[in-house]
Amino acid sequence: MISLTVAGLTLREAFRRRVVWALLVLTVVLLVLSGWGFSRLIGLDTDLGTMTSGEARLIASVLLNLIMFGFSLIAAIGTAFLAGPTLSGEVESGQALAMLARPVRRSSVLLGKWLGLLTFGCGYVILAGLAQLLVVRWAVGYWPPDPAIGLLLLAAETVVLLTLALLLSSVVSPMASGIIAVGLFGATWVAGVVGGIGAALGNEGVERVGSVSRVILPTDGLWRGAMNGFQDPFALAQMGQGEAGFPFLSDAPLTPAYLAWAAVWIAVVWGLTALSFQRRDI
Amino acid sequence: MPSADAATVAGVTSGADGLADLPPSPAVWCSGLRKRYGRRTAVDDVSFTVGRGEVVGLLGPNGAGKTSVIKMLLGLVRPDAGEVLLLGRPSTDPRSRSAVGYLPELFRYQPWLTAAEVLDLHVKLAGADVPPAERRECLALVGLAERAGDRVGGFSKGMQQRLGLAVALVARPELVVLDEPTSALDPLGRVDVRDIVLSLKSRGVAVLLNSHLIGEVERVCDRVVILDEGRVAASGTLAELLGQREVRLRLAGADGPAEDRMRAAGALTRSGDWFTVQLASDDDGVTVPDLVRDLVGLGVRVHAVEPVRISLEERLLAVLRHEEPGHEEPTP
Repeated sequence: MISLTVAGLTLREAFRRRVVWALLVLTVVLLVLSGWGFSRLIGLDTDLGTMTSGEARLIASVLLNLIMFGFSLIAAIGTAFLAGPTLSGEVESGQALAMLARPVRRSSVLLGKWLGLLTFGCGYVILAGLAQLLVVRWAVGYWPPDPAIGLLLLAAETVVLLTLALLLSSVVSPMASGIIAVGLFGATWVAGVVGGIGAALGNEGVERVGSVSRVILPTDGLWRGAMNGFQDPFALAQMGQGEAGFPFLSDAPLTPAYLAWAAVWIAVVWGLTALSFQRRDI
Repeated sequence: MPSADAATVAGVTSGADGLADLPPSPAVWCSGLRKRYGRRTAVDDVSFTVGRGEVVGLLGPNGAGKTSVIKMLLGLVRPDAGEVLLLGRPSTDPRSRSAVGYLPELFRYQPWLTAAEVLDLHVKLAGADVPPAERRECLALVGLAERAGDRVGGFSKGMQQRLGLAVALVARPELVVLDEPTSALDPLGRVDVRDIVLSLKSRGVAVLLNSHLIGEVERVCDRVVILDEGRVAASGTLAELLGQREVRLRLAGADGPAEDRMRAAGALTRSGDWFTVQLASDDDGVTVPDLVRDLVGLGVRVHAVEPVRISLEERLLAVLRHEEPGHEEPTP
């Protein structure tokens, strides 16, 4: 009950602080621009001649992943900067004093904040992602093989990052927690790209960089799973082995073991946050 | 306070559910509270109680540990040692705060909510059943009836403190903790707060009041706890703390026997012709006339006799400057 009240409050904050409207405008602009761009793909004159509809779909599949990455980035930055100020910011400003002096468990308040942010982040990624898929279908007639899995994994990636931002927010200052969360998100993605290049070059040491970073912070792993759901299955085959390190194509779907690890990761980080928040002097 | 007392209080509390004839547990009971921040001891062995319906003032200089004590009572800060019972429940149990209203020293409320929405939120968090009309009355009580629909972000500091007061009062509390409730208020607001505290007292609501405005504390409090350097420097009822009176006499020709006679009435200090005699708190009113009669009998010329009443401010300063021992509350 308390959790639902706090979750509602968190969502209301996102609306009242115009975060939702800002994102909406940004997303609509992105959708319109991408719709225009995709519609220009067919019949595009290139050095290799006019692009056929099949080639256009292939390119669309790759471009779709690029745009989806953009959405996941917006959601990541949005939730990280919303989650950052939520615990430490309210403690610093004094807002937490009156609320936590009520007959509430701190873990319930935390759960409420987490649920609110989760609804916001996942809601955004799923709606904006779905809109993008529809735009691509309208423009070039491409529909991904596993759109639902792709969108859910994109949402899961957002959940991982907001859970991390909440943990950081319970121990460091609001601004630092947002910056560290987004920084780690970017670093993991870069590590994933480096790992992909390592795999393409057959260098195991470099490849391990990506694997280890995907275990430490599952955002990049989940993102690769999402890409796999969005991309044309023939794209990878056509690109050839030499292009295996390309950052906007994923060579395999996620294993159940990795998904289980991501769930355990979220649970452990959430538990650590609850413990840290419980022990914190307000 | 020894831990055996803690067991007694806890025992009375846990048994009180089924035994209606037992007196209710105190609104606040704390024992041996201790808190260190790094190498600095902020609170050291603080124990006191606030009875049901009692108004207790928490006084002391800046950094004495008053706000830390309040935060430990409310479970916001974890004490390094000590126990707290709020309305009969240990403060580690969130339910102990179900009938507690709190106005923090640092009062900030969600700026994107309206005043009415802030109250709605706190009613929900408190799990109380307060009808909307009563919530509006609560805002009216603190002078914010006209601003109920306005966003808190646009409120002045004084208005935010008034809102904080409404938040503390809205969920029908049995204990209200006010930490510097008048720090941002104008003189009219201070009078309003005094009236609110007196009205709470008349309704049997216990109040723990931390304020630098000693005059306010003296007007509304039944008892006072003075903290200094994290310890209880003095505590007691106002009568106990201020009951001690003095009489100043300007005398000529006061010799040894006259001084002995004055010492028999109470502790004596001399400054030139002026003699100050401390009177016992249970003085029956004849000490001074008898003393003057005897002094005249001893051949002393009496030029002036002035009764002196100690104010809480003087008492507080004397305790904090270690000029006189504080009156320690007798431990039950």
